[in-house]
Amino acid sequence: MEGLEQIKARIEAAVPGAIVEIVQNASPSQQHSLKIDNEHAHDVAKWLHGDPALRLDFCSNVTGVDWLDRTVKKTVKVKKAVDGEEKEVSETTEEKIPGYIEAVYHLYSMTHKHGPVIIRMRTADRAAGARLPSLTPIWRSAEFQEREIFDLYGIQFEGHPDLRRILMWDEFEDYPMRKDYREPDDYEYEPTPHDDVLERAKRYYTPRPQIDGAESIVEPLNG
Amino acid sequence: MSEGIDEGLRRELQQQGVWVSSMQELYNWGRKNSIWPLQFGLACCAIEMIATAASRYDIARFGGEVFRPSPRQADLMIVAGTVTKKMAPQIVRLYNQMADPKYVIAMGACAISGGPFKQGYNVLKGIDRYIPVDVFIPGCPPRPEALLHAFMELQRKIDEQKLSGANKAAHLDQEQPSEFPVPSFGKHDLEPPANSNVFHPPAIERA
Repeated sequence: MEGLEQIKARIEAAVPGAIVEIVQNASPSQQHSLKIDNEHAHDVAKWLHGDPALRLDFCSNVTGVDWLDRTVKKTVKVKKAVDGEEKEVSETTEEKIPGYIEAVYHLYSMTHKHGPVIIRMRTADRAAGARLPSLTPIWRSAEFQEREIFDLYGIQFEGHPDLRRILMWDEFEDYPMRKDYREPDDYEYEPTPHDDVLERAKRYYTPRPQIDGAESIVEPLNG
Repeated sequence: MSEGIDEGLRRELQQQGVWVSSMQELYNWGRKNSIWPLQFGLACCAIEMIATAASRYDIARFGGEVFRPSPRQADLMIVAGTVTKKMAPQIVRLYNQMADPKYVIAMGACAISGGPFKQGYNVLKGIDRYIPVDVFIPGCPPRPEALLHAFMELQRKIDEQKLSGANKAAHLDQEQPSEFPVPSFGKHDLEPPANSNVFHPPAIERA
């Protein structure tokens, strides 16, 4: 199979206006992926599916990734005049990167027995802008998996034929796989609590200030 | 076992070929040897339950071979496997549809406490939150021998039930509930998260 650089160049030639970006994966697997823009995603996917050399006719897996808001600190050395002398001073700039949710598609070719080609799409933000075009019209196998992403990550797939919750009940309002999800607090006795379970257990202990001291009193969870 | 007759006298009579019994003994003997389980499974524990019903372990030796596909004809509910919060209302509804007297075996770590999914968001932390459980079997999954043991424990329990008096069996007591409220799907969790009339968790003590 041709390299990602070549696929990227051919997509940009075939679909005018499409913005394709190679997302590097530094892990030992070295599975780099193509980030495609939402506006042209449908056309790009259609081209990937139909191109005679690629023929990516099988979408094996669709999943979501939640990226929270983050700040990146960059330290740049700048030449500045300090006390009339030119000196190198390191300046730290903080860049706020707003969060987004990604949908990742793993594509294979049954015809040519090659793959995977991994494509990604990113939502504008993690709230009302969490929308992506559905690729179910191109790969039918994405239908349930896009529903699952909608259920657990809360991405609205536009053009999906039947976008409903698939694992949780319809009345459910949260998105459990998001990193800021907090499950309902129905803590129950645990014989060997540890780590964050222990932290949770401590909130239910009756305080014993006369034995443990005042610091044993933990703020109640909803207090 | 029998009420109103001295055990020594009974044994002596039996040696002479006179068999003395009571209504309660006959009634319980009949019931405990024909416990028909409800035929449903929820997860991997159900595979062990199926193995228990098949020829190698053969639950028929204890009178439980007739797995009924209808709750109306079943005496025993074996909650075999993970009860997700989405499935919990259906389990309670099935329990309500069963005719009295009815019994529940919670089979495996998931059914008794949520098991490995206890700290998750979508698994019920034990079916005893909504319906009364007679026998709990730990294990992940429990072996068929463990299910047979639980079955025999249940038989022992049925054998000891009283037909009359102050501490008579729950199904004969008009004041004991036979149905329990079905939880509804809430915005974040099941509502209510547990039935406080049924569920009495141990008080949390520090480790």
